[in-house]
Amino acid sequence: MTDHSNTPRKPPQTAPRASATFDEYTLSEIRRAAATGIYDIRGGGAKRKLPHFDDLLFLGASMSRYPLEGYRERCDTSVVLGTRFAKKPIELKIPITIAGMSFGSLSANAKEALGRGASAMGTSTTTGDGGMTNEERGHSTQLVYQYLPSRYGMNPDDLRRADAIEVVVGQGAKPGGGGMLLGQKITERVAKMRTLPVGIDQRSACRHPDWTGPDDLEIKIEELREITDWEKPIYVKVGAARPYYDTALAVKSGADVVVVDGMQGGTAATQEIFIEHVGIPTLAAVRQAVKALQDLGMHRKVQLIVSGGIRNGADVAKALALGADAVAIGTAALVALGDNDPHYAAEYEALGTRAGAYDDWHEGRDPAGITTQDPALMARLDPVAAGRRLANYLAVLTLECQTIARACGKSHVHNLEPEDLVALTIEAAAMANVPLAGTNWIPGSNGTF
Amino acid sequence: MNALNRAISRVPDESTVKFDLATAPLRDLNAALHKLTAESNETYWKVANPAGLHAIAAGLNAPVTVEIDGPVGYYCAGMNKFARVIVNGTAGVGVAENMMSGFVHVKGDASQAAGATGVGGMLVIDGNASARCGISMKGIDIVVKGSVGHMSAFMAQAGALVVLGDAGEALGDSLYEAKLFVRGSVASLGADCIEKEMREEHKALLAEKLTAAGILGEVDIGEFRRYGSARTLYHFHVDNVSSY
Repeated sequence: MTDHSNTPRKPPQTAPRASATFDEYTLSEIRRAAATGIYDIRGGGAKRKLPHFDDLLFLGASMSRYPLEGYRERCDTSVVLGTRFAKKPIELKIPITIAGMSFGSLSANAKEALGRGASAMGTSTTTGDGGMTNEERGHSTQLVYQYLPSRYGMNPDDLRRADAIEVVVGQGAKPGGGGMLLGQKITERVAKMRTLPVGIDQRSACRHPDWTGPDDLEIKIEELREITDWEKPIYVKVGAARPYYDTALAVKSGADVVVVDGMQGGTAATQEIFIEHVGIPTLAAVRQAVKALQDLGMHRKVQLIVSGGIRNGADVAKALALGADAVAIGTAALVALGDNDPHYAAEYEALGTRAGAYDDWHEGRDPAGITTQDPALMARLDPVAAGRRLANYLAVLTLECQTIARACGKSHVHNLEPEDLVALTIEAAAMANVPLAGTNWIPGSNGTF
Repeated sequence: MNALNRAISRVPDESTVKFDLATAPLRDLNAALHKLTAESNETYWKVANPAGLHAIAAGLNAPVTVEIDGPVGYYCAGMNKFARVIVNGTAGVGVAENMMSGFVHVKGDASQAAGATGVGGMLVIDGNASARCGISMKGIDIVVKGSVGHMSAFMAQAGALVVLGDAGEALGDSLYEAKLFVRGSVASLGADCIEKEMREEHKALLAEKLTAAGILGEVDIGEFRRYGSARTLYHFHVDNVSSY
C-alpha cells in the first residue's frame, strides 16, 4: 500500500458550471448571430417548456359519477361548425381538424396526404398562405379556405368551392407577424400562385390590406358572405394574445367560428425570437376564449376551435372539457405524415440536426419530403400511405378522447366539462380555472378571470 | 370609342333591369346578379338608392354592366369577374378589391385601399383615391385621375398604377413588380421604391393603360415619371437590416 501522506494534494476544484442564463443553446445562438448578422429563422412553434394540457388531469368517475362502458356504450364525437349564420354549416365526424398549412411551405404531396387523411376520418383540412391547389381540393371532402393578409392566390372561384372560409388575423406562433417563405421554396409553381418573382425571399403581409379593426372586419365578413350567398361558415382565427377580447370582437364581427391558436402552434418560417417570446400558451387561452363566449351568451352558438400543441386524445379531451368545440392539429399531423422520422436520421444529421429536432422547414431540404418543393425529396412522400398514417393517428386521437369521456360518464365528448379536471400546478390551475389537485383552490379566481 | 362608352351607349333598351335598394335588400340584388351567366339577357342593371351600402355588386361573375346611381360603401365590386361596374358617386373602402377581371369606374372619389389585391381588370377613379390605393395589387391596372394618398401601392406585386395627380408619402413601399406612373409630385418614396427611367416601352405601356381608361390624348405621357422596385429587399441580408 502506498503512503500518500506526504504527497502535496491538488487543491479541490469546483466543477465546471454552465450558466442557467447563458446555457448551451443561448451561447450557440449568440455565436451564430455574431457570425451572420441576421436573426435565426425556423419552423414549428414554441419549444420552451410551457404550462400545457399535461398539467391537467381528469378525475374520472367515482361515487358521484357514473362511467360508461369503455368499448360498448355510445360516445359521440361529431361537431357542427357554422350554425350561427351560414346556410350550409359543416359537420365533422370527429372534433379534430387539420390546421391551415400552405402549399409552398408544404409539398403538393403533403397537402394531398393531409386531405386524404382528414377525409378518411370525416374531418376538414385547411389551405394556407399560398392559395388552394387542385390536389388538396380534390382530396379533401371538407376544405376550409384561408383568407389571409397576403391574399396570395385569392379568387372568388376558390372561395365558392370551399366548404368554409377562415379569416386569418393571426396565428399562435407569431401573433402580429406575417409569413415568410424563403427563396429556396419559391419554385415556378409557387411563385405563379402567389404572383411573385421566382426565388425571392417572400414576406407575407402581417395585416390585412383593406380592413383595420373589428368594425371593418364586420363589413369584410359581410362582403365574403355576399360573395358566397351566405352559404359558407366563416371562421376568424387569432393568435393567442388577448383571447378574451379577441374572441369577443370576433363574435361582434360576425364570425360563425372562432379559432384560437396558442404559441405552441407551428409556423412554416418565422424568427426564433418571435416564436418563443410573443403570444401566450394554448392552456392560458382556452378558458378566456370560452369566458368571452359565455359572457356574450354565444357559447356553443359560435363554435370555438383551439389549436397549438395538441398531441394526443387527452389533449383533445382537455381542450373540449375547458369549453372548446373542436381542436386543430398542424405539427402533429406533419409528424404523422412522416416529418422528423428517425428513418431519415442520417440525413437529418447531415443537415446539422437530428430527427425530432429538425425545424429548418424554410430551407426546403426536408428529407421526409414534406416541407420542401424539391421534386426528388417530394417524391419520397407517398400521399396515399402518408394519408393513411394521418387517418390512423386521427382515429387514435378520437379513441383516446372517447376513452376519457366514457371514464367521465359522458355520452358525447362535448359533455366533458371543467368540473372533470384538476391541475397539477398552481400555474395550470390559474390558467385553466380549475382546482389544484387535491384541493378546492383555484388560484387567482374570485369568480372572474 | 372605348369599351366603357360602348357599354353605356347600349342603354336604355329591353335588356336593362332596374333595381331600387330603397325597396329591396342588398342580398336580393347580389343573389340576382350572381345568377347571371354569359348567356343571360339581362345585361344591364341600373341600381338606385345605394345609400352607401357595403358590398354592392360584390362577386359578380358574368359579362354584364351594373350602373349604380349614388355613393357606395365598402367593397363595391369586390372580387369582380368579367362585369363592368359604374359608380355614379363616391366609393368607400376597398372598391374593386381583389378584382379578377372586368372594368370598374368610380366617377367620384374613392376611399382607402381602392383596388386592393386586385388580380386583373381595370379600375378607373375619376376623382381622388385615399391611402393605400393599389395595396398588394397582383395584376390589376388602376388609373386615378386625381391624386392618391399615403402608402399607395404598398407591397404591390404586379399590374400598373397610373396617377394623373400627386402621390402621398411612402409610395410603393416594399414594392415587388408593379409599375407605378405618377404625373404630379410624390411626397416620398417607400422602402425599396425608386424612380426609374421612362423608356419607350414604358411609354407604350402607359399609353395602353390610358387607352383602356378612355383618356389617351387627354394627358401628355411625357409628363409622367416611372417608379418601381429597387429589388434590394428581395433577399434577406444584414446590409438591409435598416429597411426591415
